[in-house]
Parts: sequence; C-alpha cells; structure tokens
Amino acid sequence: MTHNLIRKLLIIGLCSLFAATASAQTFIFTAIPDEDETKLVERFRGIADYLSEELDADVKYIPVKSYAAAVSAFRNNQVQLAWFGGLSGVQARSLVPGSQAIAQGTEDQAFYVYFIAHESTGLDRADSLPQEVRGKTFTFGSKGSTSGRLIPEYHIRETFGEAPEDVFSRVGYSGNHTRTLRLVESGTYEVGAMNFAVWEKELENENIDTDAVKVIWKTPGFPNYQWSIRGDVDENYGEGFTDRVREALLSLDDPELLESFPRSAFIPASNDDYEPIRKVAKEIGIID
Amino acid sequence: MLSYPTVRTSLIFLAIALVGLLFADIAITANNPWRDLGNFFLGVLTPNFFSSEGLLTALLRTVAFAFVGVTVGGICGFLLALVYRFLPVRIFCAFIRAIHELFWALIFLQFFGFHPLTGVLAIAIPYSGIFAKVYSEILEEADPEPGRLLPPGTGTITAFLYTKIPDCWIQLRTYTAYRLECGLRSSAILGFVGLPTLGFYLETSFSQGMYSDAGAMLILFYVLIATIPLWVKPKLLPVYILGAPFFLGDGFPIVWGNVERFFTQDIVPSPLRDGEGLAGLIPWLNELMVEQALPGIWNTVILTQIALVATGILTLLAFPLISNHFGGPIRRTSGHVFLVIARSTPEYILAYILLQLWGPSMLPAVVALALHNGGIIGHLIGRQTNTIRLRSDAPQGFNRYSWELVPRVYRSFLAFLFYRWEIIMRETAILGILGIYTLGFYVDSAIQSIRFDQAMVLILITAMLNIGVDILGRYIRRKLALQTMPTC
Repeated sequence: MTHNLIRKLLIIGLCSLFAATASAQTFIFTAIPDEDETKLVERFRGIADYLSEELDADVKYIPVKSYAAAVSAFRNNQVQLAWFGGLSGVQARSLVPGSQAIAQGTEDQAFYVYFIAHESTGLDRADSLPQEVRGKTFTFGSKGSTSGRLIPEYHIRETFGEAPEDVFSRVGYSGNHTRTLRLVESGTYEVGAMNFAVWEKELENENIDTDAVKVIWKTPGFPNYQWSIRGDVDENYGEGFTDRVREALLSLDDPELLESFPRSAFIPASNDDYEPIRKVAKEIGIID
Repeated sequence: MLSYPTVRTSLIFLAIALVGLLFADIAITANNPWRDLGNFFLGVLTPNFFSSEGLLTALLRTVAFAFVGVTVGGICGFLLALVYRFLPVRIFCAFIRAIHELFWALIFLQFFGFHPLTGVLAIAIPYSGIFAKVYSEILEEADPEPGRLLPPGTGTITAFLYTKIPDCWIQLRTYTAYRLECGLRSSAILGFVGLPTLGFYLETSFSQGMYSDAGAMLILFYVLIATIPLWVKPKLLPVYILGAPFFLGDGFPIVWGNVERFFTQDIVPSPLRDGEGLAGLIPWLNELMVEQALPGIWNTVILTQIALVATGILTLLAFPLISNHFGGPIRRTSGHVFLVIARSTPEYILAYILLQLWGPSMLPAVVALALHNGGIIGHLIGRQTNTIRLRSDAPQGFNRYSWELVPRVYRSFLAFLFYRWEIIMRETAILGILGIYTLGFYVDSAIQSIRFDQAMVLILITAMLNIGVDILGRYIRRKLALQTMPTC
C-alpha cells in the first residue's frame, strides 16, 4: 500500500518535471500589483490569451505580491515582459541592460494623481495642494508606486518644503490604489493619494461613496505605466520577437480588455519618455 | 512580597512596559473598527470554501513546504547538535535562527525568485539553528549511566546510537512533531511575500474585504493543525517526506548568475560598489543608522516590551480557562477552543487581520503578539496546574487562583515568558512589513527600493538585537534559577 503510494507520487513528480521542461520556452509576464488582485488576474489572463494567439506562443501571466517582486522577477529573467509603473519601469530597466519600454497607454503620456480626503476633514477641491492637509493622517499606496508614492511625495515636498513624515501626523503605505481609496473612504486615513484612473473606473462602476470621500487636488501630468521587455528576448525567443510583442500590444483593440486597464489604446513608448520620472525619483532619493 | 526576586523582576518589566506605553503609538484609527470586526466574524461564520480554484493546491503546498523545510532543518539541526559544544557552531546557530523565516524568504526571493528552494530554505535554515540548540539540550540531559556500562573499545557512533538516542527518543520525537506544527504556520505566512502557500490567498481575500473567503481559509488551516495527530502517523511519515518535494510546485528555473550577482554586487554597500572606498562607507552607514536603524530598533524594543508584558497578563488570565481547578466542562472546552485558535494562528496573520480592521498603530501588533504567545503559554501553564493536587479544604474561586495556583506556577510562567522574549522580538521586527515602524518596515522599504545592501545591514542589526535579547533572557532565567522546556 505504502509502496504503491510512493510509486504514484514519484510518477506524478516525474510528470511535473517533464511538464516544466516542456514549457521552458513559455513567454512569461507579470504586472505591478497596483489594484485588487482579482481584477488584475482577470485582466492579465485576458492579455495572456490575446498574446498567445497573436504571437503563436505559450504566454503566461504570474501575479506577484509587491512592486519590488515584479522588478526582481524581470531582472532575474523569470519574466520577460512586465506592465510597470513609471518608477518600477525605470528601476527595472536600469537593472537589465538592453531592456526597453515598448508600449504605453494613451493616457500614460500625461497621467495624474488625485489627492483624496475624507469628508470629516471638510476639505474641498482646490487648484493646489491645500495647506490644511498639514497635521492630518495620510496614506500613500505602495512604497514603490509612481502615482501612489513618487509623485505625491514630490508635490508634498514642493508644497511644504518638508518630508511627508513631518507634514502629516501619521504616514502609512496602504499597498495599492484600491486600498488607499477604501482606507480614506472609511476614514482610517484622512487624506490619501492615488492613481486617477483607478478612481475614475471605480467611480464609473459606482463603487465610491462620494459623500464620504472626494478629490481635493489633481496633480499636473507625468508619464506613467508602460510595457517593458528584456533585451535578450530576441536571442531566446527568436529574431524579431520583441517587434512582434510590440506590434501585438499596439494593435490590441478588444474594447473589454482595454477597458479593464482602463486605457483607450496602446501607443509606442521609449525609455527616454520616462526620463522625468527618473529625475524626480533621484531628487527625492528613491533611487541612487 | 518585594523580597522575592521573581516579583521584583516582574515589576521591573511591568514598569518598563508602562513607560514604553508613553512613547508607543497606540490607537484605533479606523472609523468604524467594530463594524469591520463584525463583518470579519460574520465571514468566519459564513465561510466560502469554493472561492478560489487554487485553495486546495495552496493547502497542499503549505503542507509540502512545511514537511520539506522541517525535514531538511531537522537533519541539519541534528548534525549541528552533535558538534554544538564548539563555540563557533553555537554562534552560527544563534545567528541563523535570529533571522526570521520571512526575512530569509525575502533574501532568497531576490536571486532564486519564485523557485521552491526559496520557501524550503526560508524554513530549513532558521529551523536548523533552533533544532541544533534544542536537540543538543535534550541530548545533554540524557542519562550518562548506560554509556559507562559499555565494554571498552565501543565505537563513538555505536555508543551514541545505543545509549543516548534510546534515552532521548521520546523527547526528540515530541519536539520534532511540535516543530512540524510550527513549520505549517511558517509555511502559511510565506504566502504573504508571494510563495504559493495559504498566505498568498489569505492576503488577497483579506485586502479585498472578502471575509467569507478568508474565513474559509482560516477554518481549513485550523482543521489542518488540529487534526495533525490524525494524519501525521509514524507509518505515513516516509510517504509524506518522500512525497512532499513533488508537491512544492514548479516555480521558475534558477539562474545561477543571479545568485552570483546578489552576493558579489547587490549586497555590497553602494559606496564600495561605486568605488568610493571606506571614506564613502562611514557616512553611508551613519545615515543608515540615524535614519533607519535607530528608529527601527527603538520601535522594535518598545513594542517587544509592551507585547511581552501583555502576553504575561493574558497568560495569567487565560490559564484558568483550561484548568481543572475551576468550573465545569463547558468552560474548559470553550477555553481549549479559544487557546487552540489563539496559538494556531500565526501572529503575523493575527496582526495582519487586526491592522486591516483597526487601522495602523502598534495596538494590533501588541494584541496579536499577546494573543498568540499568551495562547501558547496559557495552554502550557493550564496543563501544568492540572498536575497540582490541592488539599481538600483548599480555598475556592479567586482565592484558589491567587493564593494557591499562581504562586505554584509563577516560576515556570516566568521561565516560559523569558524563553519567548526573543521569539516575540523576532516577530515584532517582522511585523514591520505590515506597516508598523519596527525594523521590518525599514528592511521592507529598502527591498522595495531595490537597495539590498541596506536591507542586509538592517537584517544583520535585527539579528544582533535578537541575539542580545536571547542572551539577556538566558541570563535572567539563570539568575532566577528558572527552568523550562522549549516552545516555538
């Protein structure tokens, strides 16, 4: 009985080993976990199916738990393509020689951050970051986020000339944009900063209690999300593979898939587009 | 009463914790924490077992990682225990067990990525250090008499196998089985950093407020732990141990270049990497100490001291729940259920849940640490009171508690508490990953900004702090002549 079990287990194990070798050339991508995971998995499984068909290759999406994990997976060649934010893209490409930004959403050329506040603060929408936010509790999104951390921190420092920890009575990192929204909506934090696209999508889906939380300031635009691909992809997946991936992304016109991002279309991008992000990150000391 | 050293020590620690409270950030910041807590309990009462297709796989992986990790850790730990009398070995073991499983996982993730080896080593390495220490303590206490009766010329190995092992076998087995339970907990929380175990799905459903899904996972986890005696049988062990490696999942192939890069570039302090030499290293270290390490150490120590005293108080309140000296079977049964849940839930998961519900501050961490550790010590002390026989005319109720039982168990209570001091500190540091400003917060921040050199220095500092507290705890236990058996 025991031996039988062991034999069965060995067979299963061997099979899974073979399965692993057979799929060694799977093209794998990931994405920064900037929203609720369920939504991300749904969205990127759709992208994986689309790319599999377009590229005639086995394409797989793996979810990760942090922005840094996405960057590390890209750096370690465990994923070859990634949907990064502005900052994580700059970090990842500086670590992988030859890697390039190949596509961004139309909206990513000029992306915005919304500063949002709980109704108890009495704050209203203004043309600049209101001085009254001083002394309130505040939450960023993820520590490695562009619209959840980098850009808000930059504007806080610009406005107050101080670090966020000195401006606010409590500074937290919610983890992602949906979470920031929920925490400010429930009053756990009084003020927060989040990705405008996530806000607009949630608003459209009537998932926001607008009596409890409102936008108090919209930042100036900055370049954000992009698809980045490793430099050695052509070598490992065949000549011209990078171009084919780019083509496939640019010609993506499935309205449902685009809506899930939400982006109206994907357009070409280059590493240089993200130079402003690199400069800001360097200025406030997030990268060396 | 003040003339008793145990009482004096307790009061000193109580005073430290009270002073700590003045500096600690204790608050409920959520607007409606009780509604959320209510929703959570509602979720546990209405579990949804069919939420995620991956749930059963995750459970399987949790068990597989625990088995492989604990087996490897057990074997290495046993070998280390044989040479534990050498100081370098002891220092090495103290060092590897001073670093928490999650920190090990975060380190290995950087170069092995999502390969099963990451999870296995994250459990096996710290467990080797713990096994080495405890096994050596058990072996040391073996009766030396049988060894003296052996004929001259008996080989060392033969002597060891025929005299020491039989004498210690039961303790070794009990402790290893106990460690397996700890391994299941460790394995589950590894999911929080991305490994395919239960924590992965628990984090997902919790952060999205899907409490029925989360409730189902917690229930499955409790059932898994509570039924260990049913499914972990000596005869089945070889099957589990041989089979487990095949259920770790595929992950991704290891690229050895990444490993080399990590050790030769990533963790080299950036001034050295950029060729600034020692002149650049001093300001770099200085900045790291002032801006990250010192605030991290301060918060870690304060939180540890408060949590330690809270654990003590909770233990003293909880042990009567399962003690035979009070009340009837209903209270004892519910007491058992409460303590089993409290001690089976990893403090990391408890803290995560409470942080989600109450908002960020040290309070959720203190409550989580006190519940988990108080659950463990309360269970042990409660069981100990059941072996005490009181006179038939002994007082009843509160007098029985305060004048008969507490004085009798107080020494072992303190022994357990000081034994767990270091464990509480190790957990406190790791809870920083959840957003409390302890050392783990700064380690996580360094990793999130891809500064592994800073992360490594901070992890080393955390390890040193743990070793320091371990030494202090042992010193106090020796001073007070307290003896204890190990807990995890």
